[in-house]
Amino acid sequence: MRKPLLSLDGLTKAYPGVLANDDISFEIGEGQVHALLGENGAGKSTLVKMIYGLVKPDKGLMRLRGEDYAPAQPSEARQQGVAMVFQHFSLFDALDVAENVALGMENPPKLRDLAQRIRDVSEEYGLPLDPTRLVGDLSAGERQRVEIVRCLLQDPKLLIMDEPTSVLTPQEVEVLFQTLRQLSAEGTAILYISHKLDEIRALCDEATILRGGRKIATCDPREKSSRELAELMVGQVLTPPERAERSFGDVVLQVENLSLASNNPFGTSLKDISFSLRAGEVLGIAGVAGNGQDELLLMLSGELLAPSEQVKLKAQAIGHLGPNARRRLGLVAAPEERLGHAAAPEMSLMENALLSGSERKNLTRFGFINWRETGEFAKQIISRFDVRTPGTHVLARALSGGNLQKFVIGREIELNPDVIIVNQPTWGVDAAAAAFIRQALLDLAAKGAAVLVISQDLDELLEVADSFAALNEGRLTPVRSSKGLSVEEIGLMMGGAHDMHPAHEVSA
Amino acid sequence: MIRLEKRKEPSTFWRIANPFLAVLLTMIAGGIMFAMLGKDPVAAIRLIFFDPIFSETFGSYSRPQLLIKSAPLILIAVGLAIGFKANIWNIGAEGQYIIGALFGAGVALWFFPQPGWYIFPLMVLAGAFGGFLWAMIPAILKTRFNTNEILVSLLLVYVAEKILAAMALGLMRNPDIPGFPGSRDLRRYEAAHNAELFAGTGIHWGVVAAMIAVIFAYAMMKRHMLGYHVQLAGQAPRAARFAGISPTRLVVICLGISGMLAGLAGMFEVSGPGGQVRIEFASGYGFTAIIVAFFRSTNPIGIVFAGLLLGFDLYRWRVKSDDVATA
Repeated sequence: MRKPLLSLDGLTKAYPGVLANDDISFEIGEGQVHALLGENGAGKSTLVKMIYGLVKPDKGLMRLRGEDYAPAQPSEARQQGVAMVFQHFSLFDALDVAENVALGMENPPKLRDLAQRIRDVSEEYGLPLDPTRLVGDLSAGERQRVEIVRCLLQDPKLLIMDEPTSVLTPQEVEVLFQTLRQLSAEGTAILYISHKLDEIRALCDEATILRGGRKIATCDPREKSSRELAELMVGQVLTPPERAERSFGDVVLQVENLSLASNNPFGTSLKDISFSLRAGEVLGIAGVAGNGQDELLLMLSGELLAPSEQVKLKAQAIGHLGPNARRRLGLVAAPEERLGHAAAPEMSLMENALLSGSERKNLTRFGFINWRETGEFAKQIISRFDVRTPGTHVLARALSGGNLQKFVIGREIELNPDVIIVNQPTWGVDAAAAAFIRQALLDLAAKGAAVLVISQDLDELLEVADSFAALNEGRLTPVRSSKGLSVEEIGLMMGGAHDMHPAHEVSA
Repeated sequence: MIRLEKRKEPSTFWRIANPFLAVLLTMIAGGIMFAMLGKDPVAAIRLIFFDPIFSETFGSYSRPQLLIKSAPLILIAVGLAIGFKANIWNIGAEGQYIIGALFGAGVALWFFPQPGWYIFPLMVLAGAFGGFLWAMIPAILKTRFNTNEILVSLLLVYVAEKILAAMALGLMRNPDIPGFPGSRDLRRYEAAHNAELFAGTGIHWGVVAAMIAVIFAYAMMKRHMLGYHVQLAGQAPRAARFAGISPTRLVVICLGISGMLAGLAGMFEVSGPGGQVRIEFASGYGFTAIIVAFFRSTNPIGIVFAGLLLGFDLYRWRVKSDDVATA
């Protein structure tokens, strides 16, 4: 065993009503790539926040290179050589790369010198980055490089990476792994947080598995199968969703040569999108975040209007119609962002049932709301979709992510649509709820509805989709059958490696 | 360390108890200040909070005054509160109040001195229309050119004040009393007079209109899709678009309703308690109503209480400040 760099001993942290971390102990060796594995809510975030000085543990000790380590804030952690790349980037769109990097440093050098150092570091580690470009113009993968370079400039001994691959194509993931392996070889330890098992088996020397705030095991991930790891992580045997063999009906949704400007200055405009969707078919659309997924959903739901003839529902031109007119015709949607878009956080579940349900469920007369029927509708969603909540009066924000997502997807499915569009249906949802939601979408397709799933989770798409396409910088690839599709092919459809080069190619 | 956390559910008890607690704390804090000034705190607080309503000597005068001052506040605040819930900030109710008054008075002066039952209803319509029209300026500028309604509606108050002065000195000036600014006294023109409906109570048509507005607003916010849309747009704009709500339509509706109600308030004032178009006719109701609307913007019924409270305050401020000094 290598010399321990960081050792955790009995770390415990309680929040009101939940024990987020319960007596967690393990060691990270110097230069080791250590995986922290667990479902959403297993306590991974709390644990790394304690290591990074964002949260103070209630009990337990940490030792860094044999000395007591108790950072009161992130700047202290950084001074001692601990750096972190967050899942959600903390970058300013309107500033350029060098300015963003300078903002995260204690004593930033002059911008010109800094720009040169950024160039040096990014070349050394195969992460090409132009320090003068505006962050708002960068892809998600490039933004992540900004964060990584920012950390590397501080010459860290331990680099914490929180779900770094959720925004990358498979090829970009490979390049990132090369960088991480190079760092590890140079003696930097990496704490790698993920729930993607194949990645962990490919990259990590050791894995610590958390479940419900407790450490379940520390093991060598290469000695376990993905299935064994998954069962350790979830604590139960998982069954993949069932799909019946079936034939498809007529085309119900058709989009032709549609180009549409984004409503967001830093959004991605849609460029020449064409596809068609048949009754009973599940079409999966892959893509790295920020490649036009939001715009595609808004355009289909009716929140962004398009030229009327270019979007057709059952041969009727609907491009010019708003969300409610489309709902009446049988098209419903569930956006990615649960709180604030698909549901209003400060409203009760009953009020949220009305949000998209009023049209198809006839919940109003002359504009007056029938609250009794609305309540019945909300109860129906709660019972059929196993939403765990005390009642319909509960505010949406009080529900856990998985429960609210079941409510939102359930609401749309209960509207009995002909076409349903979902964006990231299981993002941030625990495995059991995710399986439930996927099964519900497949059941709906089996009843003859057309289903369009936009997702960044390739495993999810391969599980549910009959046909497959990818969004890349606002363009959609041709649709192809998902039978026999390999992850490499999907990666190429997603745009390959967005001009990332492994380190040796650059230095050669 | 103490950390503040949001409740999972708002507490009904505190929602109702809050304003009462606020008044109680005001009394205590005020009492302490009077004590520090060397005045008897109990007597001072009694004079401010209880005498206007319960005193045998001034009660009969001040109780009607309370309604007269509160009615326009409530009428305006009901409209403003609807907009505030949707995050549409009409700060210019004072201007809409003035223009409503001018439209109402204009109709009355046009018909003077004819009798006719239809004159007063026409004035009501004209007052509402005037306020609506004045509120449509920020509404259209916002929806067309994305201007800020806070700024535009506020600046239009000063425009309205100039128009008021011009009318009082020019077009609407009483031709029978040359040399004096101000229009004819509408209280002396029976067909246009917004008189007390029950002698000695202070209840005039404006009070009735305020009550009706409160009931309508309550029904709209609790039972009607429009109220639901207003709340949704205020709390979660993206969810509102997902629900198919047009932001343009909401801006026009919210500014339209609040402008209309402010116009009505101005018209009832000019034809009743105010009596005539004068330069100093505008007395800040439109601004005070913003406080009322903020006070209890969650609940139209609460606006009645807040309106009474501030109406009481306005009245007290003008009549009583001298008495307190000598208490």
